Amino acid sequence: MEAITTLIIAKYNYWAVILLIVIGLYAMIAKKNLVKKIIGMNIFQTAIILFYVSIGAKRGATLPIIVHAHGDAAHAIHAADYINPLPHVLMLTAIVVSVATLGVALALAMKIYFHYGTLEEDEIQKKIMDREPDKVATSGEHL
Amino acid sequence: METIDSIRPLIAILASLLVIPLIMVSRKAPNLREMWTLAGAGLKFLTIVSMLPLVLAGTRIECTLVEVLPGYGLELRVDALGMLFALVSSFLWIVTSVYSIGYMRSLDEHDQTRYFSFFALSLSATVGVAFSANLLTLYLFYEMLTLSTYPLVTHHQDREARSAGRKYLFFILGTSIGMILPAMLYIALKTGTLEFASQGIVKGRISPQATTLLVLLFVFGFAKAAVMPFHAWLPAAMVAPTPVSALLHAVAVVKVGVFSIVRMITGIFGTGWLAELQLSTLVCTLAALTIVISSLIALSQDGLKRRLAFSTIGQLSYIVLGVALLSKSGMVGGMLHIGMHAFGKITLFFCAGAIFVATGVTNVSQMVGIGRRLPLTMSAFFIGALSVIGLPPCGGFISKWHLVIGTVEANQYLMLGVLLVSSLLNAAYFLPIVYRAFFCTPAESMFPGPAAEAPTWCLVPPLLTAGLSIILFIYPQPFLRLARLAIQAISGG
Amino acid sequence: MASLEGVTQHLPAIIVAVPLLAALAVTALWWFSNKLCYPLSVGAGLIALAASAGLFQQVLSYGVVEYRLGGWPPPWGIVFRVDHLNSLILVAVALVSFLNLAGSRVAAEKEFQEKVGAFYALYLLFTTGLFGILITGDAFNLYVLLEIASLTGYALIGIGSGRASLSGLNYVFMGTIGATLYLFGVGCLYVITGSLNMVDIGAILPNLWPSKVIVLAFLLCLGGLFVKMALFPLHGWLPNAYTYSPSVVSSLVAPLTTKVMIYAMVRVTLTIFTFDFAFNKISLQVPLVWLAVLAIIVGSLMALSQQRLKKMLAFIVVAEVGYMVGGFWLGNRAGMSGAVLHIINDALMTLCVFMAAGALSFRTGDDRLTSLKGMFRKMPLTMGAMVLGGLSLIGVPPTCGFFSKWYLISGGIEAGHYGFVAALIISSLVNIVLFFRCFEIAYFEPFSGSAGHQSGPMEPDDRSSTVVEAPADMLITLLTAAVLLIVLGIFSGQIVTRVIHQVIPALTG
Repeated sequence: MEAITTLIIAKYNYWAVILLIVIGLYAMIAKKNLVKKIIGMNIFQTAIILFYVSIGAKRGATLPIIVHAHGDAAHAIHAADYINPLPHVLMLTAIVVSVATLGVALALAMKIYFHYGTLEEDEIQKKIMDREPDKVATSGEHL
Repeated sequence: METIDSIRPLIAILASLLVIPLIMVSRKAPNLREMWTLAGAGLKFLTIVSMLPLVLAGTRIECTLVEVLPGYGLELRVDALGMLFALVSSFLWIVTSVYSIGYMRSLDEHDQTRYFSFFALSLSATVGVAFSANLLTLYLFYEMLTLSTYPLVTHHQDREARSAGRKYLFFILGTSIGMILPAMLYIALKTGTLEFASQGIVKGRISPQATTLLVLLFVFGFAKAAVMPFHAWLPAAMVAPTPVSALLHAVAVVKVGVFSIVRMITGIFGTGWLAELQLSTLVCTLAALTIVISSLIALSQDGLKRRLAFSTIGQLSYIVLGVALLSKSGMVGGMLHIGMHAFGKITLFFCAGAIFVATGVTNVSQMVGIGRRLPLTMSAFFIGALSVIGLPPCGGFISKWHLVIGTVEANQYLMLGVLLVSSLLNAAYFLPIVYRAFFCTPAESMFPGPAAEAPTWCLVPPLLTAGLSIILFIYPQPFLRLARLAIQAISGG
Repeated sequence: MASLEGVTQHLPAIIVAVPLLAALAVTALWWFSNKLCYPLSVGAGLIALAASAGLFQQVLSYGVVEYRLGGWPPPWGIVFRVDHLNSLILVAVALVSFLNLAGSRVAAEKEFQEKVGAFYALYLLFTTGLFGILITGDAFNLYVLLEIASLTGYALIGIGSGRASLSGLNYVFMGTIGATLYLFGVGCLYVITGSLNMVDIGAILPNLWPSKVIVLAFLLCLGGLFVKMALFPLHGWLPNAYTYSPSVVSSLVAPLTTKVMIYAMVRVTLTIFTFDFAFNKISLQVPLVWLAVLAIIVGSLMALSQQRLKKMLAFIVVAEVGYMVGGFWLGNRAGMSGAVLHIINDALMTLCVFMAAGALSFRTGDDRLTSLKGMFRKMPLTMGAMVLGGLSLIGVPPTCGFFSKWYLISGGIEAGHYGFVAALIISSLVNIVLFFRCFEIAYFEPFSGSAGHQSGPMEPDDRSSTVVEAPADMLITLLTAAVLLIVLGIFSGQIVTRVIHQVIPALTG
């Protein structure tokens, strides 16, 4: 029991990420409303962004801003004193990607709404069946 | 054996391919268009004939095109067996072209440009098969032939043609992809080569059990040879215009099937190895069953072309049987039969077409007394029938004679019986037609009035091929020498 | 001469930068004139094609080309790394996208009207993304470019009318899940290696092998890419997305997306995780090949039940993905070479059939199979190209489809995986049925004024006169693609020995 608690507490960031992933995936799969699905998608992406951000952090470290000019040999730089900036930089890109995805998804959702007058997936399916019956009984085909 | 490099086999293949654009361009001028067909046919035949002296002198002509797979290239090689087949099919293409012109114009058929284009394409493929130096090249041309004959089989574009086309594809494309392709790949992987070699390539590299399976895959998989039960496409394909049935379904396509099987037996498996495994009896039995059953079915067919089709199925298996006997005379007979049967059967088909053009009749039961209306046509038919039955004075006798001796050499007396019985059956389904065409009371005759033959273009080709059938009896040397050379190459190493 | 040398040094950058900048320029120009978008885009496509051909030539003569962005050496900077594998696929992708672009003018004008500038901008961005995926040597960079290609892909599919937006949105959901899983995988790799450079990670990982994180990262990356390439059972998004998108879009997206994702799988597996890990340390090989077998069978069978041409073709794409995944995971030289060869072959043949389908529906205004009636007479050249594409998909020599199938089947026999061999043959046979069913309709049934009971956008009386051979530029590019199928087939021996075998033995050891 103790071991499990330590496992959870010591790696709480991973557990949070997994929880968010599950929430996001759940919303994307189980919800019928398209906007809710989009929200779920965003949660899912954010979970991964948080994962990256959390792995860059170090206890007691500070921002990686070096005040000294180059060539000043007085201070050797200890990497352990600074948090890892790279994952954070990467996540800037990932955030941009996720915002863009969100934009495209919302634009498509708008188009769907204009076209079908609803964002509920089951209602859209029904309208599709009524409007453009895909399962055409082919006219006089022998095949 | 001497080998020379030359692009002449390639020219022979391309001759008919290159006239296709010309045929298409001159679609508005039928005379010019037909001239291109004849020019292509002539060039092809002359190119092939120009190689004949070399081949008869024992030289092999090779031409490597391109290495499409590492170690396996597209290669052409002219040897005696290929020469025999190419000679027959390219010569008969000329005759058929002439006949086609008469037939298609008399009936005022639609889409003649398409018809002549695909005809030329299928002849390229046929000669390609004849000159293939390895299994890969053969497979390529085999598939090309399948696809180029599809529009010919389904030329009428009606419901019947559609179902025939479907059967055609199902049997031929289905078997070549489903059986030949995996078998070929298996051989390539196990032996590292696909080259036709005089002693075969599989001995010692593939286990006897696998060899048995492969033999079956090839015998059935080359469904163009119509070994039962993969024969059903051939009667169905008779919906095609008669010249197509004549050249493709008596000569080019079906012979490509048996030719491929012969190549497999001689070049891939090797006669020695097959004899060691005693697979001869297996293949012979399959062929014998096909011969007997198809002859019996032919007896009951009223449609003349269908009767001819079932007769063809039986005759094709003669060739398979002959080569599978693995005795010298048997193989000579089988190979000869490729040529002899071609001349006989094409005569019969030409006659069937001429009868249709002149009278519109397609069924045997309606041909009572037809000999009075079409005396020349029915005489040609008689000669063609004699040749297919295997009676003198026709070429068919020579090949059947060798086959009979072959069964004795191989001690396959059962097969001897099969040959004799089937000859009787052949006579039983052909001779009554001829008999009733000429010998009937005026009251019975369905064709009163004076003789009125089909148009000259339709009449001359059957007379010519009938005449050649007789000449081949008197002078079978070219084919005989080629067949003997082919056997020599196999047994001589 | 010096300036030319300067250009050839920067080919990797040019391939990505030119379409990117052209996309921006198209967007800007679009405000002034619709007419300029097309020539500008084609020019950019042509430059990219030339650059990729030049790069291919460089790789063939000098070996791997490494291009350091900003001059930073790896593993710190981002590098573009071009070896035999991606330079080959780069040429194929550039060629396919260029051909489709060149033939798109009339259809795009009809389909998008005044929005045509947006279409071309997205088109160029999409190709930028694909080129980037192919060329980059950085695992995170791959993710970004993956998303550039995907986002523009979603937008391109969503431009269509009717059900396109819904299928587009579905694609967004699935695609995002895939990409994010991949990103997660890369994160795991970064945690344990501290590097993002593919070659660098590949060098570090063997020292850390017992770690379960590597397995997790591998599964995540692979899973993400499987979603993106629509491997059964994750293929749900693909058929509708390709069916309802405008035909100029489906003939771009269908040939390229799945193929480039398969390249990404090959690259990630071989360069990052290395052959030894993927095939010897973990035992995914057998289940993955069986999954591919299922993909082939299910894709083929589903294609059989379709009444729409494009949907049928889309399911064939699903089956073809199975070919490549299965071939790759056979783990032997023949199978893997077949998979790589099939990437380029399949790109071209899918292009050919989708372009033909596009040309047909451009004229008939319908993509139901019944609308094919009489088409051999009405549009003989288009149908001719369709026949060649179909034959290639069936695998008839000398079209290129035969040769990749040859390698795939020999790989299957060599590995003793007869299930895969059987699946390939069955799928070939099913393809015969699929295509000849279309050809039968087009050949045997006379052209009828109204196809089916829903008339197209045109009045039935109009149709007979408007249904003629496709416009010249569409036709020329289509026929080029069709002829290339045979050319590629004839040269496939060269391609395999001179190019693909350079990669496969080097990586498999």
